Amino acid sequence: MTRSIDLTRRGALAAGVSIAFFGGGARAATGDKKLVVFIQRGGADGLSVSPPIGDPNYHSLRGEIAIPDSDVLKLDNDFALHPKLTAIHALAMNGEARIAPAVAIPNNQRSHFEAQDVLESGVTVVYGSTSGWLNRTLGTMAGRKIEGMSIGAQAPLILRGPVQAASWSPGQTARGDRLPMILTDLYHNDALLSRAFASGLETAAMATMAGATMTAAPARAAAAQGGGANVQAKQLGGSIAGFMNQPGGPQIVAVSIDGWDTHANQGATDGALAGRLAYLDAVVDGLQKGLAGEWRNTVCIVATEFGRTAKINGTRGTDHGNASTALVLGGGLKRGGIIGDWPTLASNKLNQGRDLAATLDVRALFKGVLREHLGVETRLLNETVFPDSAAVAPVTGLV
Amino acid sequence: MALPNSDQMAAIAVTRFGLGARPSELELAKSDPKGWLKAQLTRGPADQPPGQLPTSAERFVAYRDAQQARQAAQRAQGGVTAQPKGRPATPMPGQPMATVQAAVSVADATGLQDEFIARAQLAANSAAPFRERWVLFWANHFTVSATKGAARPLVGPFEREVIRPSAFGRFENMAVLSSSHPAMLLYLDQAQSIGPYSMRAAQAERARLRNPNAPKPGLNENLAREIMELHTVGVDGGYTQADVTEFARAMTGWSVGNAMDGDQVGKFVYRAVSHEPGARTIMGKRYPDTGGTQALTVIRDLAAHPATARHIARKVATHFVSDEPSPALVSKLERSFVASRGDLAQLAAALIDADEAWAPAPTKFKTPYDFLISAHRALGVAPLRPGQIVQPLNQMGQQAFSPPSPKGWSEDAATWAAPDALIKRLSWSQGFASQVSGGPREPMKVAMDALGSRLSAPTGAAITSAESREEALTILFMSPEFQRR
Repeated sequence: MTRSIDLTRRGALAAGVSIAFFGGGARAATGDKKLVVFIQRGGADGLSVSPPIGDPNYHSLRGEIAIPDSDVLKLDNDFALHPKLTAIHALAMNGEARIAPAVAIPNNQRSHFEAQDVLESGVTVVYGSTSGWLNRTLGTMAGRKIEGMSIGAQAPLILRGPVQAASWSPGQTARGDRLPMILTDLYHNDALLSRAFASGLETAAMATMAGATMTAAPARAAAAQGGGANVQAKQLGGSIAGFMNQPGGPQIVAVSIDGWDTHANQGATDGALAGRLAYLDAVVDGLQKGLAGEWRNTVCIVATEFGRTAKINGTRGTDHGNASTALVLGGGLKRGGIIGDWPTLASNKLNQGRDLAATLDVRALFKGVLREHLGVETRLLNETVFPDSAAVAPVTGLV
Repeated sequence: MALPNSDQMAAIAVTRFGLGARPSELELAKSDPKGWLKAQLTRGPADQPPGQLPTSAERFVAYRDAQQARQAAQRAQGGVTAQPKGRPATPMPGQPMATVQAAVSVADATGLQDEFIARAQLAANSAAPFRERWVLFWANHFTVSATKGAARPLVGPFEREVIRPSAFGRFENMAVLSSSHPAMLLYLDQAQSIGPYSMRAAQAERARLRNPNAPKPGLNENLAREIMELHTVGVDGGYTQADVTEFARAMTGWSVGNAMDGDQVGKFVYRAVSHEPGARTIMGKRYPDTGGTQALTVIRDLAAHPATARHIARKVATHFVSDEPSPALVSKLERSFVASRGDLAQLAAALIDADEAWAPAPTKFKTPYDFLISAHRALGVAPLRPGQIVQPLNQMGQQAFSPPSPKGWSEDAATWAAPDALIKRLSWSQGFASQVSGGPREPMKVAMDALGSRLSAPTGAAITSAESREEALTILFMSPEFQRR
């Protein structure tokens, strides 16, 4: 694996590409690396995100919500992607997307809110931390100028904490510069407002530079509108890229996409879940195209709080389960098969007899990306970013 | 703990307990702030929004009819769009006009905008703002959200038919009304849940012998889980996954009437044929099969469980006083809940009586809805058109009637005081200030009337030295003390 990537780089060198980049040996190896974490809120059904087409039990368990073999986008003989994930599939065919088909948070929570808390806080105790692991990652890089940003009007837990992260959503910005000055003054002794407001002003200024799209349409409402939603999703991806391409722009970005809780009528090739996947795919597509050359320095992770039951339920949907699929995307990924093992859908392998079992702690995936892509030290990963996680070895061979 | 002086208490009463002072409200509250709040408690129902709004059954039928009309229009045009069922369409360029009109009327038939503006007008105009905040708290506790297509037309009626009538009655009653209302049954998928050994399931099996593609109905445990986790005992309430499944079995049969149910359409119906036969064991207690009342007994027991008292006490304290409420306050509220057997009027009185609820420092950061309503109240105006309140709420991340999950809207400052959200609040404040700056009162007077003794010297100085009335009002709205309660 390592050998093949070396050959690729030598090939690039031989062709005279990016001599300066590879020649600058003293340059901080990760100074311009970028990370985008997408959180699918509501429990995304991994068995539909990456249908295990080679698993003999997949169709019988799933019935009418199984994605038909004729529609899937094949990765290999064992796994495929959902038909709506066309852009992500194209990346995968180019070695720039991989799936981790059976990851889960460390303790098997069936409540959305507790599971999201564990996913975002990075600790194993529910409500055990008021800061998120991406914020603590920023904290470990105090000496380096790395900025974090969340997309959306609310601040997600994953980026909350001692380091002020920016936030942005499409829409109106303030007029004039007197009021920002007066309010900055007025907030001087107000810890909460002063740092949030300063960050907001900075981002508003950067949005103009970045040409971030100002159309105000909440992702959720847009998503309910069929085709037009994916144009907006693509614009949103492009706007995020616009920020990341700015000098001093965010290198760590968190994006929440909700609407994955498909208890009823989740659909197969089309339907409720397919609509969310099309939306996700369009955001990724807009982001990747907007990043252009920076895509090679970017890794994206798509993760959810839990997967869903292996078997279709009585209302043509699925209930809260355990393991799900995480996606890892990026221009600098190493080629490889699935990340982690496949536990199979055999009835004696299911978690509590009902869910896809986990073979990989989601923290192992996060730690692997942070270590290989952002160069975060193992000790900090084990103690600060994911406390008490020394036993959870980072995934290797990703980047 | 010593109480603040009466000026401070009046300011706390109108901002923390209420919805922000209207022009003369502080004067009314000043002589007896606790008495002013207690006078707003009632033995009867809370206030209803102005105007004649349709019942949930009427909304249900209107929405269904509009959907059918749209489908008919689409068929007439010969085109089948990929519009997901149950979602309001947005006209796309190039769509035939009849289809566009049908799509628009589906969106109208949800009544969401009418419901939301009526509710905002009630909040902006209310002379009993504590009573209204108490309602809003319970509406968020028993969340139904317009993010779910089928529930969308019923979100407004749910608040009017469940929350407002029972907000000052017994908690158990509100829990029962909520769990059996069509909005909740549709929002959390209960309406389609079928007992695996019910007669209905057996019929479906027979149908599948003839046609293997016929639907295979079954159990859905979504509502059962959220009643336990969110509405009653709470996530640490001591139940297991097996309890959730057992409760879901007990609830089978609770559904919503459709066209075949005659005059029960859009109303709660109990379908005996869908009910899972047999006794159930939930949290160690055995419930014999009494049909439709089996789940009713479970809900009553859950409502009376000690863990529920603790869960509710903590949520009330968190909403009204602090993101991290003192254990002393939580325990006072818990004792009131237990002693009164869940009497919500007494719980509200216990909150007013607790000295801890009157800590002078405002620590609660206003939600976007709180912020917009309090700004209107400060000027003594109410929003007239839905867009005036719906659009800014979208921008600030609190879409009308659309909390992101059954947990409802977040309570904490960390969620709402995000950088982008503050810029959106500033942008809205500038626009609103320019609309209302022609009012009769000077900005400093508006600030004094709204905040009383909470108005700080630096904010007062910034208002006084502003270069326009518009700028002065924007400073007031964006001041640290106006952003909190």
